[in-house]
Amino acid sequence: MSRIIIDRRRFLTGAGIVASTIPLVGCDALDGMLSNGATVRETMAKANDLTYRVQRFLIGADSLAKEFSESEIRQGQRPNGSTDPTDATYVALRDGAFADYRLEIGGLVDRPLSLSLDELRNMPSRTQITRHDCVEGWSCIAKWTGVPLAAVLDEARVKPEARYVVFRCFDTMNLGLSGEAAYYESIDMLDARHPQTILAYGLNGGPLPIANGAPLRLRVERQLGYKMAKYLRSIELASDLAAYGQGKGGLWEDLGYDWYAGI
Amino acid sequence: MATAIDKQHDGADRQTIRRHGIATRITHWTWAIALFFLLLSGLQIFNAHPSLYIGEQSGFAFDNSVLSIRAVRGADGEVQGVTTAFGRRMDTTGFLGVSGPEDSRAYRAFPGWLTVPSYQDLATGRVVHFFFAWLFAATVLSWLVASLINGHLRRDILPTFSDISGLPRSFAEHLRFRFHHGRSYNGLQKISYAVVLLIFFPLMILTGLTMSPGMNAGAPWLTEIFGGRQTARTIHFVVMLLLVGFFAIHIFMVLAAGPINEIRSMVTGRYRIDQEATEGGPER
Repeated sequence: MSRIIIDRRRFLTGAGIVASTIPLVGCDALDGMLSNGATVRETMAKANDLTYRVQRFLIGADSLAKEFSESEIRQGQRPNGSTDPTDATYVALRDGAFADYRLEIGGLVDRPLSLSLDELRNMPSRTQITRHDCVEGWSCIAKWTGVPLAAVLDEARVKPEARYVVFRCFDTMNLGLSGEAAYYESIDMLDARHPQTILAYGLNGGPLPIANGAPLRLRVERQLGYKMAKYLRSIELASDLAAYGQGKGGLWEDLGYDWYAGI
Repeated sequence: MATAIDKQHDGADRQTIRRHGIATRITHWTWAIALFFLLLSGLQIFNAHPSLYIGEQSGFAFDNSVLSIRAVRGADGEVQGVTTAFGRRMDTTGFLGVSGPEDSRAYRAFPGWLTVPSYQDLATGRVVHFFFAWLFAATVLSWLVASLINGHLRRDILPTFSDISGLPRSFAEHLRFRFHHGRSYNGLQKISYAVVLLIFFPLMILTGLTMSPGMNAGAPWLTEIFGGRQTARTIHFVVMLLLVGFFAIHIFMVLAAGPINEIRSMVTGRYRIDQEATEGGPER
């Protein structure tokens, strides 16, 4: 026969021990250890390098993000972040329907380029219906049309020492006391030459709307939305990201987000 | 393993045995730490877009939402925390949607005391979450390998036919707080642990990976089996709730069955068993 083991006093003692640890959860002691630049946080952030390496190892260089059918476009593409840049150059270009827009391609290339929208539209094009995954957690399916970045890079003849493609943008973000900072982003050469990586000028069959990054935005379908810079001003090929912004490879990265956003 | 020769007397006539192997104990506490941070950083991440949907995408122009937690300004100007689950609206002011003291309200889905960091910071939430996700997954793998080698899985976790047929009795005994303290887990314990370790843990890892756009390209079957990225996100959330439920019952059972003995068995491995359990010869 078994005995009834529980006794009330012992139960209450145990319950008291557990209950006394609960306020620890609410304690803000962790906050300091996790602020930008703190050792604990920087150590934990190394897990992103591991994720980057493992995904690069597991996922084929040219394996495609899932593409969808027309019937799965059930809504407009949800705009996020900047939706109407106020930069003076941008406003002037916008008011001229982007007729004077030029995309500059420079840095580590043999042949720097300056391409108009018409020139970009006359290059090979790719249309893809893909799911946009925002870092916040939501997803939205839309049809994107643009020129493969690889075609533009081939035209500019990238030097062998180039390791990153850096995108400079017209939109800025208000950082409070630190003032304004221009949006920029960067990807590695493998993602840059991926077949689905395009400079998009079309959305859902029409021209790219202002709110979604007109006249030109990046699509990097195997990463999260914040990598897909909008309002592209210029593209630079670089061997190192230290010279840009705070050196983390993007405006959001400078604010603490991971450079590799494949997860 | 060799419990019979390993028995020791502790006190007058109470016997202890080696109950938990070193791998079982280390993985147990690693999971405890990892899951604690995964939960709090996960709620931080959820707060960045506190809605759950069914399907591949999130409905903004259509409705495929199953849960949302929002702060809504009512007609009287007062801001309320409103949680909507399957179309049913609930006022959750003070906990979900709107929380904190009256004079400094926080307008976020889960309150600060349930998130890491305590303030709204998606970037840091992700750093913490993915660090512990790696630790968690590595521990699951280590546990699986160790438990296959040392027999923990076959002996203690996988329920036998008699465990399953004995479930009603086991259930009734739990309800009456009658606990056997023997070498082996009872049927209800085995099934709970099997569900958590072999179903919930892998499900958490797989639905987590399904949300990764990189994995979406590398393993497109992931979104297929879970019915879309947003469904996977919803399942990830639901399994989180089930794990929190398991945790609550787990702690309650430890307290009810004798916390000192139970915790000791997970720290030193030694476990005091009922005398009756030793009288009929070795447990197995």
